[in-house]
Formats: sequence, structure tokens, C-alpha cells
Amino acid sequence: MSDSFAVMIIVATIASGIRLATPFLLASLGEALGQRSGVLNLGVDGVMLLGAFGAYYAVLQTSNLYLGLLVGIGLGLLIGLFYAFITLNLHAEQGVSGIGIYLFGLGMSDLLFQKLVGTPRPILPFMPLEIPVLSGFPIVGEMLFQHSIIVYIAFALVPIMSFVLHRTTYGLNVRAIGENPEAADSLGVSVMFTRYSAIIIGNGLAGLAGAALAIELGIFQQNLTNAMGFIAIALVYFGAWSPKGVMIGSLVFGLVQSIVLQCKTFGVIPRSASDLASMAPAIITILALVVVAKRFKQPSALTKPYVRGG
Amino acid sequence: MKKLNLCLSAALLAIILIAPSSLLASGKALRVAIIAPSAKNDLAFTQSIVDGIKAIQKDREIELAITDGTFVVEDAAAAIRDYAKKGYDLVLAHGSQYGGSLKEIAPDFPNTSFAWGTSADTFGLANVSSYEAASDEGGYVMGVMAAAMSKKGGVGVVGPIEVGDAKLYVDGFVKGAKAQNAKIRAKVNYIGSFSDVALAAEAARAHMAAGADVLTGTAQMVVGAIGAARAKRVAWFGTQANQTELAPEIVVASQVYKWEVILRKIIADMDAGIKGGKKYEINLANNGIVIEFNDAYKLDAAVKEAGMKAMAGIKDGSIQSGASH
Repeated sequence: MSDSFAVMIIVATIASGIRLATPFLLASLGEALGQRSGVLNLGVDGVMLLGAFGAYYAVLQTSNLYLGLLVGIGLGLLIGLFYAFITLNLHAEQGVSGIGIYLFGLGMSDLLFQKLVGTPRPILPFMPLEIPVLSGFPIVGEMLFQHSIIVYIAFALVPIMSFVLHRTTYGLNVRAIGENPEAADSLGVSVMFTRYSAIIIGNGLAGLAGAALAIELGIFQQNLTNAMGFIAIALVYFGAWSPKGVMIGSLVFGLVQSIVLQCKTFGVIPRSASDLASMAPAIITILALVVVAKRFKQPSALTKPYVRGG
Repeated sequence: MKKLNLCLSAALLAIILIAPSSLLASGKALRVAIIAPSAKNDLAFTQSIVDGIKAIQKDREIELAITDGTFVVEDAAAAIRDYAKKGYDLVLAHGSQYGGSLKEIAPDFPNTSFAWGTSADTFGLANVSSYEAASDEGGYVMGVMAAAMSKKGGVGVVGPIEVGDAKLYVDGFVKGAKAQNAKIRAKVNYIGSFSDVALAAEAARAHMAAGADVLTGTAQMVVGAIGAARAKRVAWFGTQANQTELAPEIVVASQVYKWEVILRKIIADMDAGIKGGKKYEINLANNGIVIEFNDAYKLDAAVKEAGMKAMAGIKDGSIQSGASH
């Protein structure tokens, strides 16, 4: 293998890892926000599926990719509102209601697809958006600056969310009620408003993650996410509830997937070990979780419903 | 009067005795259930069996029930048992992964006919038939054409898990490509999943980065790979169902399963009172496998000719497509 070919393969592998990481990043950022406020949502995958179908169908009908993204986000916000109502107002058990949201998303996205579309029909995906000047740099340009707009949006959200969580009053409120809602409430912070907003925004990001996936692939089919939402939840723990940590977790997961794919393509991993190698991303995530779980503490009020004076 | 009673009784007895086998053929709707891993209109594996039953429905009354999307084997097992309990005449467990469940369930329902595939194993049970597709034959033909088309000398395959007809197809494709051009780089990537569309897309991109300019793939998740190939205008060969409508500009041809060829045999055997224990196969020779070309794709005549020659060779036995089935 010549040096230039090897470099080309490395560039393609890293670019592929970044693409694979994007839906995980968007979904896990949203889930991290919700969990920081003390609410667990196991329904991320269902929200992603509905966002994916909504975006796909909108693009299929209008050929407008940005409208597709908005529809995906909108559906996520709507489900977030519903989820917030059942967990915050009705005090439903978060684990069970999250699974309910997942099953609803899985079934409803498929039902709508069967009724409204039927056979898979392709849509035109986002074309790569080459960042002026930066995309022209050798190696780095192709690796980092020749992606679709969704990839840039996802990674831009990391510092934005980090800023919001650590440098704004709203972020302080989110963190405070995730740790001790009674104390925050006694200081005049609205637990209800803060949790409502965190859940709604978090689900909006999950909807965007699904939309990003469907539009990047240019297709929708039953269970398109293939349990990505559950991996995204694991990545929140992997990333110790911080946007930067979540980004690192998503990139590790995406890059390991991509490296395994390249190794299989070039026969570095023999076919006999192919299935075992496919488990590598999950195994690495589990190992990392074991390490992280010992070093970091989850938000103290996570999964605990709050009732004033209760 | 006594004689008349005797005649009537004999006639009644004869009707009772011959009824079970003739009921199916006498116009009573045959109740068939399909349990399959992906959507019934996936343009791939599941759709192929649904299309097969629908083809038979044109000339025979069939009450069809479908449980699709059962990627989880336990869900499929529950559906198989449920249909058997409801008295369906034929339960089709359409997935190599369902064999273990079927082996446990079938003995509990000796009056129900079960068929499953793709596999050649009937578990020695009298009410279980198996079916498979000689997908290596179509794979070989596709491989020959892919190698003849490739300008860069590289072809790529996106596979799910190395089992069943997916493995047969992939092996046949690689053998055909090598037969056409011994120097061709035929790379195979089993992604380890039947349902991960995003990973299939990246596997296709990995092949293209490695220099493949003709791609193929098998199983339900290849819709992602086809999208990736379409974005780069790289030629694609389909299998299981006609995939032209997914990307008319790049799909050259598709190997299409015509399961109705063996389904008719299974039903005819049921009519004759044989509930199972037999193995069936679709292949090029019995027209259970056909190659459908995309007329909109401008295929070089010499490439098509090479494919047709390979097809004729497989049919007359002068070419071995290489798989063990």
C-alpha cells in the first residue's frame, strides 16, 4: 500500500467516524440536558424514529431538506412536551414511561411509513458543505471540513450547550434542580419550568438526530435508528453528563465503528472474526462506562420526581 | 332400505377419509402466515416472499397474514406459535435466524405445516420443510458483469452476517468476479447486522475509498449502501428483489427471487397430504431466480453478453457458481 493511499484511507476512516458519530452526538446532547435536570428519558430512540420519519416524509413531499430538519425538531419538541407532562405533572415512573415513548415511536413511525409511503423511496441527501479556505487544507480539510451541514451543527452545539450549562443562569438552574430540587425551589427557581424546558429541548435534539440520520442516508425504513437512541443514553454516562464528554464518547464510538469497517474492508480482520469485531464499539463503550461510573457521580435527583413539600 | 343406508354410510365414510387432503384443493381458502424480519415492502428479503405468495393468490384463494419487522427472534417465535395455535395451514418463518425457535415449536403442532428458510435443515420433523435460494448463481452472474464493468479493477460487497443466502450470494459474486478477471480486487465487508442502514452506508463508502467502482450488497440494510453509491454515481447490482426504483441511475441489474416457484410445490405437497420433511430450492434453472436488468441503465453490450454467457453456463452445468447448497 503506497503512503498516499494509506493517508487517503486514514482520512476516509476519520471522516466516516465523524459522520457515524453525528446522530449519537445530537441525541446524547439532548439526553444529557434532560438528565442534568434530573429526568431520564429512555424513549430517545422512539423520538429519533419519529423525527426521522417526519423529516423524510417532509423532504419526500417538498424536496426541502431544511424543512425536513425543522419537522424532525418539531416532532421532538412535541413529544418532549408530552413526556414532560406525564413525568412532571402525572409523576409517571420515568423508566417505564420512557420505554413507552420508545415503543410508541417505533410503532408509529413504521405505521405512518407503511400508510403514507409504503415502499422505500429515496430522497436527495444533504451535499457536503465545503468550508471556504479550511476545506482546502491537505488532509485536515477533507477530514474535518467537507461534511454536510448537519455535522457542523452537531459539533457547534457542543460549546453552545457547554456555555449554556456552565455560564448562564438557566444552566445553573438546570444543574441545581438536577442535584437538589428542594434547595433550588426554596431559592425561587421554578423546578417545573426548568425541567419542562430541558425535557422539551432534549427531545427536540433527539428529533433532530433522527432527522439528520434520515436525510444523511436519503432513505427511511422500519426501525431506521437500529437502537442508536439507547447507545446515546449510554454515551451520556460515558461522557459524565458534560457536553464535551458526550462528544468524546460519540467520537470514540463512531471512530471505532469506522476503523472496524475499514479493517474488514482490507481483510485486516479475518471474516471468521467479523461478527466479534462488530461488537467492538459496544464493548469499548461498556468498558469505558465501568471506568467512568466509578469516577463520576450522576445527578443526585436523577429519576426522582419532585413534589413541593413532598 | 338397508342397502341404501349402507351406501350412504360408505359414501359418508369415504368423504370423511378423503376430506383432509382434498379440503385444501376444494376451494377452501388456504390460510398462510408469513413471519419475516424486516418490512413487507423492503425491496429485499421480506418483500420477495410476500410477492411470492401474492403471485399464487392470483390463481388460488389464500388468506394471508403477515407479521413483519421481527428482527427480535423471540418476537418471531411468539408469532409463529400464535399462528399455529390459530390453525393456519402453512406458517412460513422467513429468516435463517428462526430455525431454533421453529425446531421447538413445530412438534407441538403436528397438523400445521411449517416452512422456513433460507436453510436446508428440516430437523427431521415431518411437518417442517426448508427452502433456500441458490443465490450464489445470480451472485456469480453479477460478479462476472461487475468485474467486466470495473475500470479501476475493484469491486465491493456489503454483507450482513455470514449466513444463509447472504453468504451464498457474496461467495458467488466474488467467484464470478474472479472468474471474469483474476486480478480483480473483490473486497467483502460483513457489517454484522441485518438492520444497520447507517453502517451499511459507511461500508459502501469504505469500499469506494478503497478503489471499488462497482458495488453490490445483500439484506435489508443495503438501502443505506445504495444511497451512498448513488451519491458517487457508482454502479450497483441488487439482489433478493428488483432494487431499480431505489436508484434508477446506478442499479445495473437485480437478482430477483421468485419464491412462488417453490411455494407452489409446497402447497401441492400439502394438498397431497405431505405436511413437511422436504427441502426446496429456487435457482436459475427452475426460474425461481431471475436476473432483471434496468433498462434505463446504459449497460455495455459486451458486459451484458458476459453475464448472459455465465447464466447459460450455470444453467447447463458447465459453470459451478461455487457454493455448497
